[in-house]
Amino acid sequence: MIRLIPHPLLSLALVFMWLLLTSFSLGHLVLGAMLGLVIGWIFRLLEPERPKLRRIWPLVKLSGIVALDILRSNIAVARLILTRGRHGKRRSEFLEVPLELKDPHALALLAMIVTATPGTAWLSHDMDSGILILHVFDLVEEDDWRTLIHNRYETLLMEAFG
Amino acid sequence: MTTGLILWLALTWAQIALALAACFSCLRLFKGPRAQDRVIGLDTLYFCAMLMLVVTGARLGTPFFYEASMVVGVVGFVATVTAAKFLIRGEVIE
Amino acid sequence: MSTTYLETFPWWIALPAAFFMVVGSTLALLGTIGLWQLKSFYDRLHAPTLVSSWGAAAILIGSVLLFSWGGSRLVIHELVIGVFLLVTTPITLMMVGRAALYRDRVAGSRELPEHLHLHEPAPPEAAPAAALPERKAD
Repeated sequence: MIRLIPHPLLSLALVFMWLLLTSFSLGHLVLGAMLGLVIGWIFRLLEPERPKLRRIWPLVKLSGIVALDILRSNIAVARLILTRGRHGKRRSEFLEVPLELKDPHALALLAMIVTATPGTAWLSHDMDSGILILHVFDLVEEDDWRTLIHNRYETLLMEAFG
Repeated sequence: MTTGLILWLALTWAQIALALAACFSCLRLFKGPRAQDRVIGLDTLYFCAMLMLVVTGARLGTPFFYEASMVVGVVGFVATVTAAKFLIRGEVIE
Repeated sequence: MSTTYLETFPWWIALPAAFFMVVGSTLALLGTIGLWQLKSFYDRLHAPTLVSSWGAAAILIGSVLLFSWGGSRLVIHELVIGVFLLVTTPITLMMVGRAALYRDRVAGSRELPEHLHLHEPAPPEAAPAAALPERKAD
């Protein structure tokens, strides 16, 4: 079973997307299923490490928090652009944040969250030392950002990925 | 009557705003000053084109713009990733 | 342009759709204005996220509302665009950010604070010829 369908979730998502992009019919279902299977095999040949997901609930909670955060920082950045950075008082800074996360999937998720939020940009992460370099658009207090990344996102990701 | 007019005004404003947005990202694309600035300008230009196609499709009620929007998105993604890779190493395929 | 097609919508579809369209396109416009007027590259890196996060999301929600009433096709088509944008934007921005950081660290750019430079002393004219092609003059 593992050999035939190595990535069942990926294949299922591909079938679903194929049916969304076309219209539902038996022919399209068969075609989409074949596509999902073949891409699953190709994906196995690339041999990515399997994500070790411990619990799903922290991820659900995280996605809610992130949606709200993105909404809030959208408003904040739009206002900063409109007022020309609070009339020149905005200070953008590079920030180094030590991370405890080691799991590559969790790190990828964290990178997506940080980049998708306006106001923070992920620049580089060193795997050995675990130091992440961020750029923050409107830095008020350095330690606020460190604790925010740590408490808000990293803890939940650690819970989810173990 | 009035709701149709409001919707018409909203869609017109959306199209004008997205056209202006595309102009601003074009300005950044032309001005630079460095290669990475141009890449970001190009990326944003692709977003604006995608959203413009979505708005136009919603306004005319035809589903054809949706596929066009998808294609623009895929091409833009590949172009930006390739350009960024080129900026790091100076070559695309290692 | 005639508004006959647009008048077929009831108000409880038309008004939210109009609201979302206006909000999304205005956010996109603000993002690109930021892209135009911000001074440093790393500030400008934040501007496109405004277009791709809630700018795109609001426009897609408006489009879903309009199409689901029109009934010409399934409503979740926009979901594919939304997921696509959500997944690809961080990748492109992250790669551009990393590329810029790498180039600036090697070249010892003044946009970076001193401790991020790769060659500690880094006087610009005495720096050894980097492995990169020289950055073009402005």
